[in-house]
Amino acid sequence: MEPFVTHTGTAAPLRRSDVDTDQIIPSDWLKRVERTGFGAGLFIEWREDPDFVLNKPQYQGSTVLIAGDNFGTGSSREHAVWALQDFGFRAVISARFADIFRNNALKGGLLPVQLPSAVVEQLQDMVEREPSTAVTVDLAARQVRAGQDFSAGFELDEFTRWRLMEGLDDIGLTLRHAESITEFESARPTFLPALPVIR
Amino acid sequence: MARTLAEKVWDSHVVRSAEGEPDLVYIDLHLVHEVTSPQAFDGLRLAERRVRRPDLTLATEDHNVPTDALTITDPISLLQVETLRRNCEEFGVTLHRMGAAQQGIVHVIGPQLGVTQPGMTIVCGDSHTSTHGAFGALAFGIGTSEVEHVLATQTLPLVRPRTMAVTVTGDLPAGATAKDLVLALIAQVGTGGGQGHVVEYRGAAIRALSMEARMTVCNMSIEWGARAGLIAPDETTYAYLQGRAHAPDGEKWDRAVEAWRSLHSDEDASFDAEVILDASTVAPFVTWGTNPGQGVALSDSVPDPAAMPAGGQRDAAERALSYMGLVPGTPMKDIAVDTVFLGSCTNGRMEDLRAAAEVLRGRKVAAGVRALVVPGSMLVKLQAEKEGLDKVFTEAGAEWRNAGCSMCLGMNPDTLEPGERSASTSNRNFEGRQGRGGRTHLVSPQVAAATAVAGHLAAPSDLEV
Repeated sequence: MEPFVTHTGTAAPLRRSDVDTDQIIPSDWLKRVERTGFGAGLFIEWREDPDFVLNKPQYQGSTVLIAGDNFGTGSSREHAVWALQDFGFRAVISARFADIFRNNALKGGLLPVQLPSAVVEQLQDMVEREPSTAVTVDLAARQVRAGQDFSAGFELDEFTRWRLMEGLDDIGLTLRHAESITEFESARPTFLPALPVIR
Repeated sequence: MARTLAEKVWDSHVVRSAEGEPDLVYIDLHLVHEVTSPQAFDGLRLAERRVRRPDLTLATEDHNVPTDALTITDPISLLQVETLRRNCEEFGVTLHRMGAAQQGIVHVIGPQLGVTQPGMTIVCGDSHTSTHGAFGALAFGIGTSEVEHVLATQTLPLVRPRTMAVTVTGDLPAGATAKDLVLALIAQVGTGGGQGHVVEYRGAAIRALSMEARMTVCNMSIEWGARAGLIAPDETTYAYLQGRAHAPDGEKWDRAVEAWRSLHSDEDASFDAEVILDASTVAPFVTWGTNPGQGVALSDSVPDPAAMPAGGQRDAAERALSYMGLVPGTPMKDIAVDTVFLGSCTNGRMEDLRAAAEVLRGRKVAAGVRALVVPGSMLVKLQAEKEGLDKVFTEAGAEWRNAGCSMCLGMNPDTLEPGERSASTSNRNFEGRQGRGGRTHLVSPQVAAATAVAGHLAAPSDLEV
């Protein structure tokens, strides 16, 4: 995973709440077995509307999405994260994220930044007034900065922050504890179900 | 210290815990389907890793399955299913292929085969994994990166979630179902109301539910944002499990039941939050909008966004009504449908089919309405046919299909056309969920069946005798 330390870019305001994963990437795109190429399907239904925010010339090339409350609600599809990243986004700002989406984003290095809804709206107002506003998402300082004088701190646990900043592979980290896993397995109750192994 | 059910299950699965780090949690069962796994298996191959516990991994084909002909003509779908087959063979994972006796929707077959048991940790690359919580298991959906992680390590690094109790008092009135109960709950708490929490459903009305009804409730946990939803196991749970293919037997059964009896929240355990719902107020419920929280009683009307507080909620309602093609004030029962879908991991089990058949017996599906009945698994299909339910459905003019996810989501040939409207027993009414431009009203199996007969949203009590 590519490390995330700090990122500065322009931002697109998505003033919709409860943006679900079926809107982010519809299910017919989920038939693909690859991990890349999902950007073309991002918000594909909404993008048919020429007035949709991501179609506006002033928001072309945005790398930060400032979304309404409860972003990423719905399915577990990590394809939603892959689509946002493939389209060019590095961070999403919202007052609240659905849990699985947030997990998936943190695994893939798309930073989900949670800020109070009034602050999210303030940022949306700012980039609507001045679309060229540079927005900085600084993971090192756990802070969002924009324009001349906007700054807001956000929370992220220390472990996840370290893992993202180092770009570390979760599986590699867990496998350092392989002995503990083996030990745990030896004590599991024998009444638990097990399936035949096909070999 | 007093603990909740969720905390007991969590604590018994912690492999390792360290200050300032997530707990490393052991996973007892990993369910796999074709959609969210191919990139995970690719990751394993790339890193030259194996599946650590193929004996704790079970795969099935469900999302892409065409439920009419069992022949996949869409080359992209076919490749996805064939990829799962190759991966399962290469990594030694049991797979139930489409058409096979034990194939079905992943959340229907787990309980049915008895691999879903109390006190287990269960994951799947699918948000409706919460279904398995009905057995007192800690079960939740994960993304593809986490699928790869579980395949490789049989564990997940997880931050301990907060806990919430949903206490359902009173009794469900006649005519109201578990689906109505959970739709009413979601309308009350909103689609994000459970965010960050593992929820325990409890109270008299929950205890009174059958296992299949409990699965319907837990299935919809994710629709109000809960990480997982569970119900403490009891005699109903044990009676359902005993004798199933993978349930313990003999001396193991006795030891298992003894262990399961400790799986309840302690008297004085405290939850981080609690929601109380009076079951006696629940009536047949239906959604009017484009998320599962946008619902009203079937006897009610399409709400008026102008009466809502200004802001996100009103904007969302306006957008939803525009997408749904609905006018505020229209009685819900005046809304005509083109399609009725009975099935899915929410309502594709025996009791659902029996309840719908009861309504359809001796009646006809209204002219111009297409009614699909899709059993959740091939075992459900077989049992329904033994009971003659297939005849009831086909004689009424409904289509009787093979097992799969079908019209719950647009990944197989069963979809709505743009502008078509459905009454659906599935779990999501998002824009385009059942096909591009399709309009979905979420309902119970009984309301679905009555709607098929009436041609517009209706309860069984609305039908002429």
